[in-house]
Amino acid sequence: MSFLTTVYAYLYYFAALVLLAGVTFKVVQYARTPAPLKIPTTPAPTTRAGVVLRMTREVVLFESLFRGNKWTWIFGWIFHFGLFLVTLRHLRYFMEPVWLPIELVQPFGVYGGMAMVVGLAGLWARRFFVDRVRYISSPSDHLILALLIVIGCTGLLMKFVFHTDVVAVKSFFIGLYSFDPQPLPGDPLLLLHLFLVAALMIIFPYSKLLHAPGLFFSPSRNQVDNPREQRHIAPWAKRLEQ
Amino acid sequence: MAKATFEVPELSQYLDVPPVTPQTMAHSKPFVAKPEFQAPLGFPGELMDDWQEKALDKMGELLGKYRSLRVYLDSCVKCGSCTDKCHYYLGTKDPKNMPVGRQDLMRKVYRRYFTLAGKLFPKLVGAEDFTKDVLDDWYSYFHQCSQCRRCSVFCPYGIDTAEISMAAREIMDSIGVGQKYCNEIISKVYTIGNNLGLPGPALKDTLEGLEEDVYDDTGVAVRYPLDEVGADILLVTPSADFFAEPHVDGLIGYGKVFHEAGVTWTLSSHASEAANFGMFIGSYDNMRRVAQRIREAAIELKVKRIVFGECGHAWRVAYSFLNTLVGPWDFLDPRYPVPQHICEFTYNLIQEGKLTFDKGENDDKVLTYHDSCNVARASRMGDTPGGQFEIPRAIIRATCNHFFDMDEDTIRDRTFCCGGGGGLLTDDLMELRVKGAKPRVEALNNVMLEKGVTHMAAICAICKSQFTKVLPYYGMEMDQIVSLHQLVSNAIVLTPALDDEDDEEEAEEAA
Repeated sequence: MSFLTTVYAYLYYFAALVLLAGVTFKVVQYARTPAPLKIPTTPAPTTRAGVVLRMTREVVLFESLFRGNKWTWIFGWIFHFGLFLVTLRHLRYFMEPVWLPIELVQPFGVYGGMAMVVGLAGLWARRFFVDRVRYISSPSDHLILALLIVIGCTGLLMKFVFHTDVVAVKSFFIGLYSFDPQPLPGDPLLLLHLFLVAALMIIFPYSKLLHAPGLFFSPSRNQVDNPREQRHIAPWAKRLEQ
Repeated sequence: MAKATFEVPELSQYLDVPPVTPQTMAHSKPFVAKPEFQAPLGFPGELMDDWQEKALDKMGELLGKYRSLRVYLDSCVKCGSCTDKCHYYLGTKDPKNMPVGRQDLMRKVYRRYFTLAGKLFPKLVGAEDFTKDVLDDWYSYFHQCSQCRRCSVFCPYGIDTAEISMAAREIMDSIGVGQKYCNEIISKVYTIGNNLGLPGPALKDTLEGLEEDVYDDTGVAVRYPLDEVGADILLVTPSADFFAEPHVDGLIGYGKVFHEAGVTWTLSSHASEAANFGMFIGSYDNMRRVAQRIREAAIELKVKRIVFGECGHAWRVAYSFLNTLVGPWDFLDPRYPVPQHICEFTYNLIQEGKLTFDKGENDDKVLTYHDSCNVARASRMGDTPGGQFEIPRAIIRATCNHFFDMDEDTIRDRTFCCGGGGGLLTDDLMELRVKGAKPRVEALNNVMLEKGVTHMAAICAICKSQFTKVLPYYGMEMDQIVSLHQLVSNAIVLTPALDDEDDEEEAEEAA
């Protein structure tokens, strides 16, 4: 096994471990932290089903952002939806045989890749051109955008200009499952693409990318508005009563 | 009156978002609470020597107690959706008054001490040490947040700056840096029973005076009872209602509604205050202690129901937290929600056809309605989401002939704060209050010019007090702000009681 293949195999084992363990840790931490008071932003649904609907609208349509800022919504939604399609498209590298829905989504995944880059470019431009957004941006905000854009661009370049041996890439990843990685092609573009994806996986649990699990735990969005009907008391608050 | 030592913003027809102008409000900070007002709340008297360590301990404790704080500090992606939503930013141009700017004052400390990225690469992720300068910024800017939650409406993750402001204030209180206005008021509630420090005899006197006034005006004996054991309803209302206009006109209205409903009711000298400033300082313990008085009063007076008067954050604490803080309320009549808002009570009577109004009595006014933020974005009325918007409007329509809403972007859950909520209704923050009121006053001004609106009704004691004070800075009249139940009071047609016989004829004529 070549040195490169070994390095990338370990890199991906490490990245997967960090991503999985890190996100699991945060999710467990969020779930275990009590929400002692009912604080849904109203008007809020009065039933559990209503809350599921509200969260679905937030996750799929970015409803609150739509009300907040149309430009950010357009670019943000295009980016995330593009990323979603790209992720679906990439699943074919990780499964054998490839499921039919994943096969069907392949051509859309390519458009997703383009959309992703367009959305990111728009979001990044706002960090320079809107003075309020410029003020709140820290170096890490720019770096994450750069990271994602380079991932998107290297991906698109491999699709349209410098083709890589995708069959070999797939056998590399499938091989990882059985701790028997197959040789990874030595294309610089592919190596850069894969390196940055691993970097993204590693920083995920330590960065603002935690907004993904965070949204599901946001009390102002996920709580049912029924405080008069049901007493809602956290364990630490209950102890004050004795 | 209203000579300003600062520049009063100019009103414009359209909401314009000002360019970022750093540090314009760095000088604005409230008076610090003296040791004698810290102690009764359980806080140290002055800034401790090892304050940084203590503050970080407290922050760690709160991160473990409040999911909101932890999730909100982690989740912000700096998308900017909130940046143009805060009335204080729009009025002051100071970027630390953008919700994300305000949150970052805490987030940078959180990142530095509680996250790996901030420990390893502070510059990269905007993490900073908790220095005295940072603490000073906290004191300034966490007291420039009225906890109105407008930002949380527009945040894709629902990040609520109010939660972060409350936590910051609790951390500051815990190291001895309290805000005078809030903490002195909570002390007063503990010692005298209400925010204004009105003792029982003064309340009794006021209520007797009201009975006489109403009888003189209407010829109907409407009762304003205090501490009557066995009454059906305990009314809990902000102490401002006993004291000043326009608040007291609202209280007069509640009494008339109860009179027409034919229910017995009472106020309590023990729970003579609906407001709960424990919420403003983020202190669960103090909020619970303040709320406890209402439970005690309800038990002592053997009432069956609890109704809250017009007050924004009091209604939030009542609606959202009362059951949690000092429940369960199983000793009350289960047919009614605990507690109810006076607007729900009045609205139900209107629905049942039990109230008669002479709308003409309000014809001297063209009205608009100010949704108070804590009611709009943090509570509900009635059975369906959004009842808090519809019920007050339905009451206004039932009692007035002329009503126009302000611009849709500035009402309901997008309503603009009056600028005085969250424990900022103090003279030492007048510049902030005037500037923070700008977006609301702009919308009011527009509807005055376009529709000929003359008055704005509100159901929050802080809103009413704040507008009374700041409207004159914008060339408007202080009495343009009215209580919603003042409108009810003007229009309601009273039924004379049996012992009103002598004046029956007169009353009928009036009807």
